[in-house]
Amino acid sequence: MSVNKTDAGFVENPAKVRESWDNRLFSVGVVFILLMLGLLCLLPFVYLLAISLSSASPVMRGEVFLIPKQFTISVYQSIISNGSLVKAMGRSVLLTISYVIVSMVMTVLCAYPMAEAGLKGKGILWPYFIFTMYFSGGMIPSYLLVNHLGLIDSMLALILPGMISTYNMIVMRSFFSSIPASLKESALIDGAGDLKILTKIILPLSKPALATIALFYAVSRWNGMQDALLYINDPKKTVLQIKLRQMIVNAESVNEMLEGITGTLPVAQTIRAGALIFSLIPVLIIYPFLQKYFVKGVMIGAVKG
Amino acid sequence: MNRTVIRKRKAGGFGPYFRRHYGLYLMLLGPAVFYLIFCYGPMGGLVIAFKDYNFRKGIWDSEWCGLEVFKRIFSTGKFWRAFKNTLVLNLLSLIFGFPAPILLALLLNEIRNGLFKKGLQTILYLPHFMSWVIIGGMAVQIFATDNGILNVLFQNLGLGSIPFLSSAGAWIGTYVGVGIWQSIGWGAIIYLSAITGIDQEQYEAARVDGCNRFRMMYKITLPNILPTVIIMLILKIGGMVSIGFEQPLMMGNSMVKDVSEVLSTYAYTVGIEQGKFSPAAAIGLFQSAVNLTLVLGANKLCAKISGESIW
Repeated sequence: MSVNKTDAGFVENPAKVRESWDNRLFSVGVVFILLMLGLLCLLPFVYLLAISLSSASPVMRGEVFLIPKQFTISVYQSIISNGSLVKAMGRSVLLTISYVIVSMVMTVLCAYPMAEAGLKGKGILWPYFIFTMYFSGGMIPSYLLVNHLGLIDSMLALILPGMISTYNMIVMRSFFSSIPASLKESALIDGAGDLKILTKIILPLSKPALATIALFYAVSRWNGMQDALLYINDPKKTVLQIKLRQMIVNAESVNEMLEGITGTLPVAQTIRAGALIFSLIPVLIIYPFLQKYFVKGVMIGAVKG
Repeated sequence: MNRTVIRKRKAGGFGPYFRRHYGLYLMLLGPAVFYLIFCYGPMGGLVIAFKDYNFRKGIWDSEWCGLEVFKRIFSTGKFWRAFKNTLVLNLLSLIFGFPAPILLALLLNEIRNGLFKKGLQTILYLPHFMSWVIIGGMAVQIFATDNGILNVLFQNLGLGSIPFLSSAGAWIGTYVGVGIWQSIGWGAIIYLSAITGIDQEQYEAARVDGCNRFRMMYKITLPNILPTVIIMLILKIGGMVSIGFEQPLMMGNSMVKDVSEVLSTYAYTVGIEQGKFSPAAAIGLFQSAVNLTLVLGANKLCAKISGESIW
């Protein structure tokens, strides 16, 4: 089931009958509205990019809309030479990679046995896992727990508490369930253990689903800010989203980027725009390649949930 | 009688099953411990909502105080303000935000050019992958009263300026609008997938009858995805008191606190910034409890309507 197949509803008429005027009007209207929506989604990014590549004075005068004026990359130079945003980004990259590895291992280990049709004790285990979607301890008890475990200011605080997303686990499980049992049975007869079946037979078959879930995890970790705000106080351990937030909320962290810059000085507005665009780069690089996986993942989750 | 026999046989089968499939239980060990510590652990920690929590004494040694904390919370105006704001923002997001992805899916379904459609979808899904920090930062650049691009444009056109982020009413509109902007594309996927399941013969029959495309969309596509719409609506209503933390935090500011302070940000302020853990935990527990009730109710309703429950 692919989203892109939906236009199959209108099988091309071989006779090429001319469309009636009302259908043509309808088509034009649809395309117009969708183009407007598309622009609405795209323009904010274009605007930010234009601001970040313009000199300070036209920006201050409010002259920059979608095309940079007095083109300059000084904003990006100061972001790189200051280094704090780059470092925060590096930490976020490392954090995201470690988180995705840990989460994938844990999610597969949870989802695979739960997809086993004959698993005994499932009637107890499944509600045990699922209940946590309905009810949670919330922010404060989680904070106290992390604090109690001594994880404040440790990257582990951003990895361990969210190792398994129950939603992702359910999506993974429904994918595993859809693999024909006959594939496993022959291996079982050959005396292979469950772990061997998982790693040798099931996982190689599940690459698209694994990619989808890994991406769900990666995006949530890359964008996640709440736990970092709670658990990481040491400025030397700040992750990207927190650093960005500081730059948006308080002027000092913007001003420190201006130090040591010569020539045309960027202003806060252009620095902020530059920082936002800069932090988008990793997402924008992987986004076009991986979009199709995301869509599939949502559908698996939605249809079978 | 039959049933007891079956149960006995099942119970008797566990030993051999376990010996054969111990690997499965070994796999589940890690996840089970994870859920115990990081999901059920904090639930246990909610007892501090019924205690006078003292950081030095810890959770277990702090004094019990019954419902004292809740009484105090419920008697403060700020709590009710956060509660009201949560409901208002969620309700408005529901009214304006719920139909948006449905309309988008209907429109996207009418596009025949595959490449154009794919390109559009790529762009429309993009905001879903942006963090709220980025969206919040963007919102400031675009909506700020003095130098935001929209107000600069308005002023150039002689229309005056709109305090998108600094007056209560306009802020609510901005909040809801940005929320729709962020979620419309991604939210449309589920309806698009429902549309792919529609029996094509219905369209053929309608075409033979001389039905135009707008009518087909309205009379065939829409009714066919109605079950999905109803399920999504019920789920949304189930989540009425739960609100994300990052959107209100990033979009709110001190000028609009009267409408932007919601339960999640209020719990953060009380608990983390002021260090009053018991009241903050009580706010969280209240929210979780109402949420659980609503979700279970919604699930029941869903089961009644569609014949199967969501999970």
